[in-house]
Amino acid sequence: MRVYLDNGTTTQVAQEVLDEMLPYFIEKFGHPIFVYSLGREAADAVERAQEVIAKSINAEREEIIFTSGATEANDLAIRGIAYANRKRGSHIITTKIENPSVLRVCEKLEGEGFKVDYLDVDSQGFVNLDQLEDAIDEKTILVSVMHVNDEIGTIEPIEEIGKILREQKHKVYFHVNAAASYARVPIDVERMNIDALSISAHKIHGPKGVGALYLREGTPVEPISHGYISLFPLRPGTENVPAIVGFAKAAELAFDAFERHVEHMRKLRDKLMEGIEKIPHVVLHGPRGEKRSPANVNYSFKYVEGESVLLHLDLNGISVATGSACSTRKLEPSHVLTAIGVRPEVAHGAIRFTLSRYNTSEEIDYVLGVLPRVIENLRKISPIKPGQF
Amino acid sequence: MPTEYTERSLLRYSQRIMELFRNPKNVGEMENPTVTAIEGDPTCGDMMQMSLKIEGDRIVDAKFLSFGCAANIATGSAVTEMVKGKTLDEAEKLSIKEISESLGGLPMLKMHCAVLAYKTLKKAIGEYRQRAGGYE
Repeated sequence: MRVYLDNGTTTQVAQEVLDEMLPYFIEKFGHPIFVYSLGREAADAVERAQEVIAKSINAEREEIIFTSGATEANDLAIRGIAYANRKRGSHIITTKIENPSVLRVCEKLEGEGFKVDYLDVDSQGFVNLDQLEDAIDEKTILVSVMHVNDEIGTIEPIEEIGKILREQKHKVYFHVNAAASYARVPIDVERMNIDALSISAHKIHGPKGVGALYLREGTPVEPISHGYISLFPLRPGTENVPAIVGFAKAAELAFDAFERHVEHMRKLRDKLMEGIEKIPHVVLHGPRGEKRSPANVNYSFKYVEGESVLLHLDLNGISVATGSACSTRKLEPSHVLTAIGVRPEVAHGAIRFTLSRYNTSEEIDYVLGVLPRVIENLRKISPIKPGQF
Repeated sequence: MPTEYTERSLLRYSQRIMELFRNPKNVGEMENPTVTAIEGDPTCGDMMQMSLKIEGDRIVDAKFLSFGCAANIATGSAVTEMVKGKTLDEAEKLSIKEISESLGGLPMLKMHCAVLAYKTLKKAIGEYRQRAGGYE
């Protein structure tokens, strides 16, 4: 049996999405900027896509900009807002557990003279709100916090942060990286007081190479890439119309039965967690229950190394992700696990399982039939005896 | 997680490495080893224990235990297999290049696994020699 449990990294494109995209390659291939009917068709498709996405987060159509993905959306939001508001202040606040696409951008800004504070998180990954309040000063122009942490599934208190920022005497823009939360946890940019939001198509069974940035009307932003302006002044270049159409279709499929999909994933998540906890010497990363993404499971299996677990699962047809150092280019354990206080020797045994609405109960049964054996066999050949850490 | 997790896509293992990962050679505890050495550290995610049975000046058996990735398990298998039957002098001459070549090449990022196996072997032989009262 092939079981794909790495939906946090990327997802399979839904057939309906592919079907929706195809006409835009050969029949309706026009450039959306042109007034003749072929162009109008493409432009209408992009507008419809904006509508669908905007509605899913309680935003206005014109506030949706399509990008090449969440990475670009994060870069545009953070650097764009930073540069545009630089005269007012140059202090930015984010967290230690953001994705590289936020962290590397903040580091670049630090190199350009901006001051960046990286908030601590507790052992379950929740951002320290007191630290946030203390950190905000009159020079703070931007706060960027991810909605759901894609490694350990923590759902951050976005509404509370929005409230804190609303209460400030001066405007502090609020950017949220929602790549891991979109279509899994409800988002309302009004209720949450969000000014900028990044989302990604290939996380929700849409194609790779497309994402979106929601940008609240009136938010001062400078473009970070330059050139030929098509439909979006802030984001030059010819739009990837088929991919945008696919993104909107993927969103439609997800939001048409949002509660049902989420409930389905949550049941499988809980079943998987219950089964894993029957294995001795496991450590859960991230919170339980309501404050955890319905799609995320992450445990360390002590005394064995993550890449070995991952490859044995792969040999059994199961795809997962690991936070072990040996599986990365930098040979360091996951920065998220480090930030929540997990010791390196434990972090090396971390495996992340991320669900989609397409996973089934039978698949979870299969995984729970394979996993304990894999762990036991690796522990048998390990020089580390249980209890050593 | 397009965090460090996806960077593993750059690591490609040879068929030989995957074979040895699936069916490691010489893995397990040895009964009455002549010498046992450990190298590496669980905090690094890379650790190996090697046991040798030595008769006269010859290694007659070698076994290893592993806490590490596929390359770790594969190099442990390769090294123990390569030293069985060799004299201590011959075994000491085993190079990292030879270890890597016997595996069909190791990805650059995994060379440290070959180094670990090499160091563990050297440590085991060194400890035996020290115990046995110096070099012959």
